[in-house]
Amino acid sequence: MTGRAADSLNAQQKIAAIIGMVGLLILGISAFNVQLQPQALWLTLSLIMIAGGVVWYAKASYAGTEPGIKNDGVFFKSISSRGFWAYLTGVGLTSFYIILYFYPEYLGLVKDGENTGIIALFDPLSKALSGNPASQWFVYGTLYTLVILAFGIKFIWKYRHSKYQLIRTISVMFFQTSFAFLIPEFMARLNGDKLNLPYYDLKNIWPLNYYNFDQYRIDAMISSGDIGIALLIFGLASIFIITPILTYFYGKRWYCSWVCGCGGLAETSGDSFRQLSDKSLFAWRVERWVIHSVLVFVTLMTTAVVYSYLKTDQYWLHGDTFLWAVGILLTLIFAGVMIFKRDQFKKDAKIGAVAYMVVILALLGLHAFQDVQLFLFDSYKLRSTYGFLIGSIFSGVIGTGFYPIFGNRVWCRFGCPMAAILGFQQRLFSKFRITTNGGQCISCGNCSTYCEMGIDVRAYAQKGENIVRSSCVGCGICSAVCPRGVLNLENDSLNGRINPKEILLGNDVDLMDYVNNSKN
Amino acid sequence: MEHIAIIGNGIAGVTAARHIRKQSDYKITLISAETEHFFSRTALMYVYMGHMKWQHIKPYEDWFWDKNRIELKQGYVKTVDTDNKQLLFEDQSHLKYDKLIIACGSKPNKFGWPGQDLDGVSGMYSKQDLETIEHYAPNPEKCKRGVIVGGGLIGIELAEMLRSRDIPVTMLVREKSFWNGVLPDGESQMINKHILEHHIDLRLGVNLECINADENGKAKSVIVKETGEEIECDYVGLTAGVSPNIDFLKDSGIETGKGVKVNKYLETNIEDVYAIGDCAEQQEPTGNRPPVEAVWYTGRMMGEVVAQTVCGRKTAYKPGHWFNSAKFLDIEYQTYGWVFPKRHCEEYEKHFHWRHPEDNVCVTLSYHKDTRKFLGINTFGIRMRHEVFDKWLSEERDIDDVVKNLKQANFDPEFFKTYEKDIYKSYKNQLLVKA
Repeated sequence: MTGRAADSLNAQQKIAAIIGMVGLLILGISAFNVQLQPQALWLTLSLIMIAGGVVWYAKASYAGTEPGIKNDGVFFKSISSRGFWAYLTGVGLTSFYIILYFYPEYLGLVKDGENTGIIALFDPLSKALSGNPASQWFVYGTLYTLVILAFGIKFIWKYRHSKYQLIRTISVMFFQTSFAFLIPEFMARLNGDKLNLPYYDLKNIWPLNYYNFDQYRIDAMISSGDIGIALLIFGLASIFIITPILTYFYGKRWYCSWVCGCGGLAETSGDSFRQLSDKSLFAWRVERWVIHSVLVFVTLMTTAVVYSYLKTDQYWLHGDTFLWAVGILLTLIFAGVMIFKRDQFKKDAKIGAVAYMVVILALLGLHAFQDVQLFLFDSYKLRSTYGFLIGSIFSGVIGTGFYPIFGNRVWCRFGCPMAAILGFQQRLFSKFRITTNGGQCISCGNCSTYCEMGIDVRAYAQKGENIVRSSCVGCGICSAVCPRGVLNLENDSLNGRINPKEILLGNDVDLMDYVNNSKN
Repeated sequence: MEHIAIIGNGIAGVTAARHIRKQSDYKITLISAETEHFFSRTALMYVYMGHMKWQHIKPYEDWFWDKNRIELKQGYVKTVDTDNKQLLFEDQSHLKYDKLIIACGSKPNKFGWPGQDLDGVSGMYSKQDLETIEHYAPNPEKCKRGVIVGGGLIGIELAEMLRSRDIPVTMLVREKSFWNGVLPDGESQMINKHILEHHIDLRLGVNLECINADENGKAKSVIVKETGEEIECDYVGLTAGVSPNIDFLKDSGIETGKGVKVNKYLETNIEDVYAIGDCAEQQEPTGNRPPVEAVWYTGRMMGEVVAQTVCGRKTAYKPGHWFNSAKFLDIEYQTYGWVFPKRHCEEYEKHFHWRHPEDNVCVTLSYHKDTRKFLGINTFGIRMRHEVFDKWLSEERDIDDVVKNLKQANFDPEFFKTYEKDIYKSYKNQLLVKA
């Protein structure tokens, strides 16, 4: 298939692209320490050009068209079908992440001195918000928010026929701008003699926020009085109370595609790459092992880190008590699930769960009774390895840098331990499912193709089976692209939520009963 | 071990193969001249439009067939020798079978138009058709205009395809209004308007006179019968319906009419030979269903049924309430039960029609004027729940009840604008007052 090549940009799209590029170029020039004065003006100009370029491009692409699905030519365009521009973008993004995480000095970070380069360009904005000079993380946070806002507007334009998409996108834009960007900056401004709050994006929940219970943060919170304690309690409640309740009612989408920053970036700037996710059965197998291994890793790492400072006995909670509590909690979850939900696990999931449980308990036991170092490695070593491998390489360099190659949800699908926990809750204890509409499916494959999580939605839809998958983030695009109105995201009773069928609605009633029941 | 040969790897043949495998250890051979692997025919358009690649429209990964011991044979069956129970292929090879399932589908209709077999003329049915379209209409530079002959579902899909590459399109439609042999007037008119919104040159009430060739034997223009107008073009799509693709059965002794004649068990006149899907012609059609149904899901259902019979549990094909769906450019359409346009209506069938003043949304409900029994619904721009309408039709609800509870059947995504209140209000004003 040759199709229409990527040359068909209209005049407005070209101008918009150039404006956006010039905006980026200003940042690029500043990286070489060219003094752009006044900084505030150049920064404003640059950010407005980047965002304006994206928004104008979106307008030029979608404004003159009828509302509806806009996937014409997706697989003909270089950028969205792993062509030259996709690889170039991938290399560019990957390099940016490597510099950001490992060589921030090239962005202009100066230890114990005035910032230079790009970071210096962001100083005025940072000072206006928090009172402090910018850091590489401030630069990243600002650009991240800008990208979500600009591409969010593009997304809304593209999917303007769907109110679900509209509201969901406004939600991620709001949470990114306020919770992730502005509130922590203002919190920093509050800090002073009495208050010593750590940088805290309130919606960034452990274990996604794997450093939330690090000693320096705990100390900072404890030393900040009631507000600090409240934040600490909120952090614990987020994962142990709020998360299970919301996931029970709405599925993990409440977080992954309505609130989360990683999800927000994937849904907005990554929307052009959702069709690149791998839908093979093999990929699904790999996904299950990798994501749950990351979850085990983060649990062990956090336990080790927390234990390392609790065992000094300077805190209200003692180290050994904490270890026992972790052991008991994990055992309870494991036993509960194995007793009540074991029939819902595939064989490899059972093997994996049992194996990991045995390993964790053995390690805890070794430490308790043989005085072997907890989890064999130094907690600091575990923490830095996790931060490097998972926190930087996986979620940043691969997760976002490879958007144009592997799709926009690689991190969310294969790596995010938060997604693993929410997915576990969604699969076993949630009212959420994607309902299949009787016998209307024509197996066209739009749903599977545009599923960013690589779920073979069609495999369920053509069997008339509801989609109940731990990885589903509830973005709703499968429902939007379905040309026959087959799929719908719903919250309903737990009974009959999972309903495998061999014969679909519309055929001989007796036959349906016979075949569907004889299988069970 | 018994050998089941299935001619055709479309939805009907593949469903039969899958269900036979589930219930038996028979050797299964799936035969196709079109493609190596099963694909979704309804999704061909999306490959041309760049929404998907070829691999995406294959519902099963390529290892599926081997794993389930379904043998794939690529070849064109020339004749069926029912006496010796064997198939003869175009390449002279043979294949013995114990039971034969014919699921060979349809071919596009051609009505003897002069020029219908020229280069640059095709239907929009097979993978080969798609390749032809790609060849003659890759972009607006090579294809200055495409002409589509015939309205209907495939015609509008082909128009959407060509428009996705900015190729100007003229549609010649015999009817006075789009698809009004199936749709009631209000709906048909809304689609007319929507077609124009997509900058498609829709010509209603006209027929094709002939297709003219250039010096290389390629289509260069069409002549409109009614006006004599010549429309220059580089591609002509023939989408005036399809009919069973059964020429190869001529001398086989298998009884054919429009399609392969089958009884309600999907058996042909010859023992151990069955026919399913588009190519089957029911001798005792169910309810208002036509004898030949070229619909995706009926192919699937016949496959489900014939597998039972082949595996020793003789089962009749008993489709439930009629339903279907389609998409006209940006407007989704669903139907449950029967809603006939005026000229096909029985005397007792009455309609309630509601159309949104601005949005491309409308519904038509049909009912029995004396008993007020609900007969069916067409919806445009609102998704409805199959299960609910299936139940309501079985329960023979009355129309008042259905309109009043329409919301229960809504299948639109969360937060979507709802129209049920407006519909009910309009219904009360129009009909309840009189009742």
